[in-house]
Amino acid sequence: MDTQTAESTSPSTPRVALRSLDTLWFQVAGTLCNLACNHCFISCSPTNHTHETMPLETVRGYLEEARALGIKEYYFTGGEPFLNPDMEAILEATLAQGPATVLTNGLLLDARRCQRLAVIAEASAYSLDVRVSLDGYVAASNDPIRGEGTFERILAGIDNLVSAGINPVVTVTEVHASNASVSGHEHFLALLRARGVTKPRLKTLPVFQIGAEAERSGAYQSWQRLQAGEVEEERWDHLQCSSCRMVTDQGVWVCPILVNEPEGRMGASLADTLDAFPLGHPACWTCHVHGVSCKT
Amino acid sequence: MSNRVPEDRAQKAERAASKLTAHRGMATWGEKLVPLGSFRQAAAETGRQLEPAARAAEIRAHRQPRAVNAPVEGPYQRVVVFGGVYNNRHALEAVIAEGRRCGADALYCLGDLGGFGPHPERIWPLLEAAGVRSIQGNYEQSLASGRDDCNCGYTDPRDNHFAGLSFRYTQARCSEAFKTWMGALPQHRRVTVGERTLLLVHGSPRRVNEFLFDSTSPDPFLEVLLDQYQADGILCTHTGIGWHRRLPSGRDVVNVGVIGRPGNDGRTEVWYALLSALPGGISVARLPLVYDHQALAAEMRREHLPEPFVETVLTGWWTTCLEILPARERAASRF
Repeated sequence: MDTQTAESTSPSTPRVALRSLDTLWFQVAGTLCNLACNHCFISCSPTNHTHETMPLETVRGYLEEARALGIKEYYFTGGEPFLNPDMEAILEATLAQGPATVLTNGLLLDARRCQRLAVIAEASAYSLDVRVSLDGYVAASNDPIRGEGTFERILAGIDNLVSAGINPVVTVTEVHASNASVSGHEHFLALLRARGVTKPRLKTLPVFQIGAEAERSGAYQSWQRLQAGEVEEERWDHLQCSSCRMVTDQGVWVCPILVNEPEGRMGASLADTLDAFPLGHPACWTCHVHGVSCKT
Repeated sequence: MSNRVPEDRAQKAERAASKLTAHRGMATWGEKLVPLGSFRQAAAETGRQLEPAARAAEIRAHRQPRAVNAPVEGPYQRVVVFGGVYNNRHALEAVIAEGRRCGADALYCLGDLGGFGPHPERIWPLLEAAGVRSIQGNYEQSLASGRDDCNCGYTDPRDNHFAGLSFRYTQARCSEAFKTWMGALPQHRRVTVGERTLLLVHGSPRRVNEFLFDSTSPDPFLEVLLDQYQADGILCTHTGIGWHRRLPSGRDVVNVGVIGRPGNDGRTEVWYALLSALPGGISVARLPLVYDHQALAAEMRREHLPEPFVETVLTGWWTTCLEILPARERAASRF
């Protein structure tokens, strides 16, 4: 095989054991998205069927297995999760068993959907968190990344959430250096306060130089690989692959990042995937060096 | 940074349009587009597909008991358990008095003696004189091992800024003898109340700085933890906000909260737990504790500790550490 993973996984590649399976991700909309952001690490788009949307019944099967394994929290992503017609039912089923976080681009958050989400959240003993992606605190920096006109549409989605009583976590990538800086952070908080968000919440993520992002800013260099001894075993807690797995319609993957690498697939059921995984992909380097967690 | 020549509008539109249709019948495999079938076949051939019996064995192995090196203390009829003293000697004096008043057989502290409040060394003789049995929190681990941060587990820059101020203040004012004493504290304890054996931890049985919040600690997760650590109950702290749940199995998980600062509930009292033996079980009460919070606030100001901390003491609402809160707990907070 000619993938980067196959080339770079060698006997000296460090392997990370699964310490406990705490976080279960679902690629619930597959790679389908109503946007085609030019920093998307899995190149989601309206025609990308690499992974397909997951129906409620498929999710339910994994939830049952997750209960036996004592999973702590559930995350839903895509693509755009709300393109999945079962999404609200999936959240309802999940929230009966644990906390859920959904990662959305905000475009499908109309007022009625937000009200329904608030009802679903209220009925659960556990937290529902909604994360909305925004890549600039002005349209001029967001729209070139996420698409023409998206800045205003994302903020309209945030407005609808807030009106329904849901305080979203706005997720910002370091696609612009200014997004990650202290002053950038303040600009985002000010933008949200100006929209009436009294307790603005923000999460910043680095970019992964794969998928569309590799085309935008360049791919990983050959030295960006983890070597044996570089990741000390006692410092594995920060690597999400030591405590998470990702379910797609094609099976269970090691983490949310490597779903476009067949080598990232570990099995069909969660029980197949409880063994160690080699950190052979350059994206693993980003997770280690930047201490990235896709979790909130 | 890209060195490409800026595109004109038409080129941009063309590129945008091509992105929207590029995947027809194709899949992304790393940096390449390949026919969908090739990707799916390669994926299907990767990873394990165990037989049902092997899967059941994997799940059993995942849930299997993990050793905790702690002798069982007790049995007791009644114990007082508290966490997060945070240098608050006024609240520590009050909880010790409360323990005497209610006839507790023992007082337990779940760690994080320092941080937030003033004069860290002053709590040490109180703990010793009252015979409080402590375990290590992340603070004790960091102070005893010479780490340069509290390892609280915050992710937000503002939260980390205030956590750093607290930690450096405490670190500079703790004697080496006190730090050595902290380093000798156990990481866990096992305590029997009535017929129930309880595991005492700081964050969780697995990690000193794991946050166990009510709204993000589901029943199936807690049941598996109790199986793995072979306990009838778990007592923890670290989050700063207490809660208690009796699980479907009849076992208890109690986050006892902290006595060092209010529970982000708009009350100036702090919280501790009282556990009592009952025939065939235990009762768990989470109780508010009145202490001289005005005296604490005055001392904090004299020590020039951050005013947002003082505000929390006087109002009961957190002004920092808010970004770790899950949706439900954040919705209930003022800031």
